[in-house]
Formats: sequence, C-alpha cells, structure tokens
Amino acid sequence: MTAAVIVFPGSNCDRDVAVSLEAALGHAPIMAWHGDSTLPDVDLIVVPGGFSYGDYLRSGAMAANSPIMREVIARANGGTPVLGICNGFQVLTECGLLPGVLMRNASLKFVCRDVDLRVERADTVFTSQYTKDQVIRIPVAHHDGNYFTDPETHKALEDNGQVAFRYCAADGSITDDANPNGSLANIAGILNTAGNVLGMMPHPERLADPLLGGLDGAPMFSALAEAIAA
Amino acid sequence: MSATAQRPEDLMGLSDEEFDTILEIMGREPNFTELSIFSVMWSEHCSYKSSKFWLKTLPTDGPQVIQGPGENAGVIDIGDGLAAIFKIESHNHPSFIEPYQGAATGVGGIMRDVFTMGARPIANLNALRFGSPDHPKTRHLINGVVAGIGGYGNCIGVPTVGGEVNFDPGYNGNILVNAMTVGIANTDKIFYSAAAGLGLPVVYVGSKTGRDGIHGATMASAEFDDDSADKRPTVQVGDPFTEKLLLEACLELMATDAIVAIQDMGAAGLTSSSVEMASKGNVGITLNLDDVPQRETEMQPFELMLSESQERMLMVLKPGREDEARAIFEKWELDLSVIGTTNDSERLVLTSAGEVVADIPVPPLVAAAPEYERPWTATPPREVLGHDAVPAPFDLGVALLTMIESPDLCSRRWIWEQYDHMVMGDTVGRPGVDAALVRVHGTQKALAISTDCTPRYVEANPFEGGKQAVAEAWRNVTSVGATPLAVTNNLNFGNPERPEIMGQLVGAVQGMGEACLALDSPVVSGNVSLYNETNGAAILPTPVIGCVGLLEDVTQRMGAAFEADGDAIFVVGETTGWLGCSIYQRDMAGGSAGAPPPVDLNTERQNGDFVRASIAAHQINACHDVSDGGLAVALAEMAIAGNVGADIDYKPAIPVHAWAFGEDQARYVVTTADPASFEALAAAANVAVTRIGRVGGAALTLPGAEPISVESLREAHTRWLPEYMASR
Repeated sequence: MTAAVIVFPGSNCDRDVAVSLEAALGHAPIMAWHGDSTLPDVDLIVVPGGFSYGDYLRSGAMAANSPIMREVIARANGGTPVLGICNGFQVLTECGLLPGVLMRNASLKFVCRDVDLRVERADTVFTSQYTKDQVIRIPVAHHDGNYFTDPETHKALEDNGQVAFRYCAADGSITDDANPNGSLANIAGILNTAGNVLGMMPHPERLADPLLGGLDGAPMFSALAEAIAA
Repeated sequence: MSATAQRPEDLMGLSDEEFDTILEIMGREPNFTELSIFSVMWSEHCSYKSSKFWLKTLPTDGPQVIQGPGENAGVIDIGDGLAAIFKIESHNHPSFIEPYQGAATGVGGIMRDVFTMGARPIANLNALRFGSPDHPKTRHLINGVVAGIGGYGNCIGVPTVGGEVNFDPGYNGNILVNAMTVGIANTDKIFYSAAAGLGLPVVYVGSKTGRDGIHGATMASAEFDDDSADKRPTVQVGDPFTEKLLLEACLELMATDAIVAIQDMGAAGLTSSSVEMASKGNVGITLNLDDVPQRETEMQPFELMLSESQERMLMVLKPGREDEARAIFEKWELDLSVIGTTNDSERLVLTSAGEVVADIPVPPLVAAAPEYERPWTATPPREVLGHDAVPAPFDLGVALLTMIESPDLCSRRWIWEQYDHMVMGDTVGRPGVDAALVRVHGTQKALAISTDCTPRYVEANPFEGGKQAVAEAWRNVTSVGATPLAVTNNLNFGNPERPEIMGQLVGAVQGMGEACLALDSPVVSGNVSLYNETNGAAILPTPVIGCVGLLEDVTQRMGAAFEADGDAIFVVGETTGWLGCSIYQRDMAGGSAGAPPPVDLNTERQNGDFVRASIAAHQINACHDVSDGGLAVALAEMAIAGNVGADIDYKPAIPVHAWAFGEDQARYVVTTADPASFEALAAAANVAVTRIGRVGGAALTLPGAEPISVESLREAHTRWLPEYMASR
C-alpha cells in the first residue's frame, strides 16, 4: 500500500498532498521525479498541483510529455488509481487519460477560495467515504480551470456518469453563481470510463486539517488508503 | 590629476564632488565600465546615502536577533533551532511604469533575498498604495499590480497571506508596491554573503543575463516626469518558473556544506553582488565576463555588470565542489558557470577577451560611498482639534455603512482571491483580518505577520506617525495571540534633497526608533525608497512596518469574529474620541486636518501585553485591534466575520460620533463569556477596559442609531472594489 506523487519542475502542491497522503496511509509516499522513466510498484499515483514547466505553452502540456508520464499512462491503463489535482488534472487531460480541456477562467483572473462541490459519484475508490449528492467544501486555486469539451464528449461523460464533482450552491443546486471559472455544466472533476482516473480542479489536500479551516478533503485520502490497503 | 582629468559629459547621476572622489580612489580617470559601477554602487538605491545617517539610530539588537540589517534579510530566533528570516522591499518605480512586471519582479526579488540566506519562503505580504480611484490610471495599475503579484507568487507556490492597500491622490503619479517575504531556516544553516577565503571559485547560477533592467537602480534614485513611460526598458521581466527551480536548487545545494557565501543578484546585478561579497569577505574578486551565461549577443562589459536580469545568484564555493553543485543545478535545468576566483588583492578586476576592462579597489568603493546629512526642517505641528471641530453625521448608521463601503475600508477580497493564499498547507489565518497566521511546517508554532502604516498620520506628524506604524503592526500581531519579535521597515518618501521631505524621514525614523525600543521589536532589515515624486509632487510619507511575531502553540490562536451569543464586548484602552486625521474626518467631514492621535507607548505596551495574556489565559473569545475608522468599524468587521450582530448599549459621555469613529490608539475590541473575571484581570493589570455591549442577533446596534443588519454591513463592505474594478 504505497503511493507515488509525481514531481515536475514547477510542481508546488507536491508536499501538501504528500502530507495528506502520509496522514491517511501512515507512511510517506514516494516522490517520483519527472525525468525518471520507471516507477516502482505503487497502488496509487497522484499528479499534484502547481505550475509544471511554468505552465508555458499550455497548462500541463509539457508535463504530459515528460518521461514519467508514459509510465503513469501505462499504470492507469493497467488499473492503478491515478488522482490529478488542479495542474494534475490539466496534465491528465493533456496526456489523454481524461477527455476535454481546462481553459482560462471565464473571469480571466486567478481564483483562490473555498467552493462548494456536489458529490456526483460516491462509488469510486476516491469518493467512497462521501455520499452521493453530499455538498463538500474544498478550495480552488487556479487560473485555468474552465472545463470544456465538445457536445458529444460531454453527453458521453454525463451518460456514463463520469462527472465526479460539480460546483454548487450551499444547498447543492447547480447555479451559475456557484461556478468559479465558467466550467461546462459546473464540472469540477471527472473520471475516466474505467473509474480509476480522477481529475479535479479543487484541492482536497487543502482542507484535510482542522487548523486550516475544514476537513472535507480528508475522506478522499482515507477512502484511497482503505481501498489500496484492501 | 583630478584638476586636469576630462570630466565625462554624462556622470550617470553622480555629482561633481562624487566624481572627484572617484578620481582620487582610482588615481586616474575611470573608464566607462568603471564609472558605471561607481554610479550604481553610489546610487541612492544601493548606497542609502541620504538615509544611512538616520537609519543608524534605529534599535537593531535584542536577544532574539541573529542577524540585523546589513545582510540580504534579517534573522530572528524562534526557538527549537529554527529561525525566521524576513525583509520588506519596494518596487515602486518599476510598478508605476509597468505594473505587472514591476510588481512581479518585486515579489521575486524579495523572495530571493530570503532564500539566499538558506530559508524556505513561507509567506508573502504586500503593502500597496494607489492614487485616487478617480484618477484615469488607477484601475489599470491595480489590475496590473495584483495580477503581477499573483502571477509570480502563485506560480512559485509561496502563499500571499496578507498586506494592506490605501488610496490617496498623493500617489496618483507614483504608486507604492512594497513586498515582504518571511522564510524559515535552521539556525545552524544560515547563509551569509562574506566571500571569506582565497582561491575559491566564484560561481554564477540561474537565468542567463540579458539587457533588461540596466540602470534600474539609477532609475529608482530619481524623480519621475511626464516622460517616465520612456523608462520602461529599465524594468526587469520576471520568470517565476525559473525562480522556483532556483529556489529548489539552492536549497538542495545548501543542504550540503559546499557553499562559502551566497548573494542574490538584485539591484545593480552582478556589480553589487560581487562587490558585496568581496567587501564583506575582505578579499578581491576577479571575474571573467566571457564566462557569464548570456542570452543576447555582443553584450558589453557594462551591460553584463549592470543588467538586472532576474532569477540569478552569485556563490562562492569550497574548492573542488563545483561538480557537485553543477549536478544539482543541471538536475533543475539551470545554468552554472564558474566565472571567477577570490584572491587577496581586495580589488574587483573584470576581464573580457583576455583584457582587463575594469580594475577597482573594493574597500574605497564601499567605504567612500557618499553619506549625506541632508538639511531638514521639521514638519510644523498641527492644532489638536476638539470634538466640535468635526461635525457629526446626520445619521450614525448611514455614516458607518458609507465608511465600510469606502475605498480605504472596504473588503480586499477581490484582491486576495487572486492570490494563492493557501499553498504549502500552513495558512491558519487567512487574509482579511488583523495579522496573517502561518504555521511553521511540521511544528505547533506559527508566525503572525502584519504590514502597517497610516500615511495621513505621518504627513500630519512624522514622529507620531512613525510610532503609530510600529504600534499598529505590533497590535495586529498581538490581536491573534502572538508575541511580536521584530520588524522590517520600508521607508517610502519623496525627494530627500528637499528639507521638508527630509524632515518627514527624520521624524518618522525617530518615531519608529522610539516605538521599536518601547515595544521590544527591533528593526532587523529594511529598505529605503526615495524620490517618489512626479513633476515635483511627493507622495504621502509612507514608512511601512512589517512585524513578525511568534505563537508557540498555533491551536491557541485568537480570531476577530464574534462567536457566542451573549458574550460581553469590551474596549481595551481609553476612548477620548480623537477625530483629527481620522478616516471619518477625511471622508465624511471635509478632509484630513489637525493633529493625528498620539501614541502613548507605555499604554500601548501595557494594553497589548494584557490582551496577549488574556488570550493565553483563555479569557476572551474574539479580539480585533481598533484602527482606521475607529470602534464602529472594528465592531462592524467583527460582526461581518462572525456573521452575528451585537447590541452596543453603552452611553458615551462624549459626542457619539467621536466615540464611534475616533481613532485613539492602543485599543482593542474583545469579547468574553466571563466579564467579571475579565474586569478583575484588567484591574489587576491596571488596564482601562469599558464594557460596551453584548454579542447576539442579526444586527449591529450602535448608540443612537437604528440597528443595521449584518447582511447589509457585509453587502456594503464587499460592494465597492469588485464594482469599481469591473467598471470602465
């Protein structure tokens, strides 16, 4: 039951997510360097937030082509759970593990604040400790979080139940006001069809410690710890 | 020699006397490269020639101080083998010319100052001053500065946790952007800039050198005029991604023992870093400029020496450790080049294409740097105004709503939501109230950090205003339960060659010095920014204080939000209703006038120590300092933060508007569930406390006013800035 956190030049939430993983797993994850082309045997891979390669060219575009990602793609295709947070979500869309793109926020501004999310799927390795339609509070911090995809892909995402989280109002309703970045259908996080790859813009690792203002992110890490221990 | 030497037409900002001194030092006429080096080293920005005399009067020592002013940043001991390293620095002139890059590189520069010393930066703050909201440039400048600060800090992954913003027409032609960084290091792993040792390799790391920012330090040492936009090429361009790599590479190399000395290349680039290292180490340095990594072709020696290209460091390594260092920098995809060696000549010798292109003795270059005791005239004292000199509003509640909606008092959420204030996972106290609180990673400790200055007080009375800046920062740190340890200062003034401006600087420094002594908060680092003028109009004098305090147990932190229904509300400190120079007077009663509130440092100390002790003794449930806007605004902010109202049933003996909006110093609003014990503690500590009401309900009710719902307070508080920024 080990986890790996991928570290690109410019990753800056690698330590934060390692802290949350260590709290849930009881031991520190492996920090895997972008230039390595092999990964040790792990039960979970996390692609963390930050500005990999400075977000130059396009957010996540260069990281998606780094040597380690070939290995991450192979493991994901083999069924290993892969969690991409924020820049990690951008990397997962750029490398083709998840559909769609993350465009510049509709406001054109970076946004850092707590948002409410409605849990759309509570039957995945990532979300099993939430309940469906539960409203959880998790921070976002991004400039490019405006999820978009073509109508066919969007329909497929909805039909397959691949939307994991949506931005919502405090009562769970899906409104424009609750959407911090202009994402299509308030999408905050999506799964691949197999359900073992999750990309999400909000940062669950940032509210997994009561001193930081909330604990709604912690169940994701304890769910993963439970799943990979089993 | 000097009498017959040909005087160049362009002295590059040096005076005739300064040029004569250079002739004496050199024993010959300096060549262009040498003159350029003297010019930047002796610029106001690098030499502090107008302020040094007065800066020396500031208290800089204390048992907590590991390193005071004179290094890249100040260092204080926070116990258990840990040190906090911090400094504030201005980037005013570049930010006015090019707000995004000016502000971004300001943030980048101050972070380098901190990680040069071995610290991982854990928090950024910014003290910003803009012109009138009506001025056509203001919106554009706010947009650019905020985006620049966010663009740099967010990318490198250091949270921007606090700061302050003021608006005043005095900044129309010259905004202020002061950036502060706080970092954490182990006390046995602090790095300094003295290049002690002979025959050691001098190593350049980081970005390649380009032609950006040449003469930036000289620009920052002169006034602006209508053509200031032409100075855009002197503004540097930042690359936060490279800085992130540089940070990680430096910290990785610092974990070894390969580094003898390290210095970031900030203002005046390679010149000031190499001179600094040679001077502090009492050695000479020979640099081969051909080995400097360059991103442009045919760069001249003076361009290489004066370039302010960002994200570069100069290091002196132990002999034979170059390959180890190179491996680390290559891993982070950064340049590393051995560009010189140390020797016993005490000269800075530059070679290019096999020829010596500059040869300057270092000790006189540093020691003979001019220092002026410029003439100054004290700011004339202003009359102390009585309550009747400032008219009452027709409706106290309307006045309060108007004030909390105003540019200077409204919520700054629109700004700090554009900053990643949570990355690194230790931001316990988020932006928006009193001091920011950042946990020291992996410990129970937290640092409380606040930046403060009230320029309209300093303008009215520089001495009291200087005291007040220190006192308010100290009070903010106290409000969250922390013990203030030390301060950093950023002295922003106009042209020091004008005696009345110099008088502002002298008064403010004297006031600061007194307050720092009385409040046991020595100055450990700082920066001076002069010539903040456009077409002869100076800014308001703005000596900003950044205060750092320690909370040993972060779980004992205190918040400003009203909590429990029924808690008694007290004011700590005496309320005389001082309206002179208040926000109420300025915005609601015809303009700032009269004497500002005096700061009684003994009372300040006594009240603050009492509040901190009460927090530690779990006597109080909420605490907020009283500053701009007075008691009524403090109460409104606490109600908004807690989303609960309060009933203030106290009957003041003075006119109620003076009681509500007066800005007497040394005051806090606190709430407690046990008023009797609290009053007893206050009596024992000989501290004046006044019970003014109780927490509860959904409205704030002030004496002689209709209840105002917390919702309408919040609406007023959050309305202005987003609407203003969205309008055209």
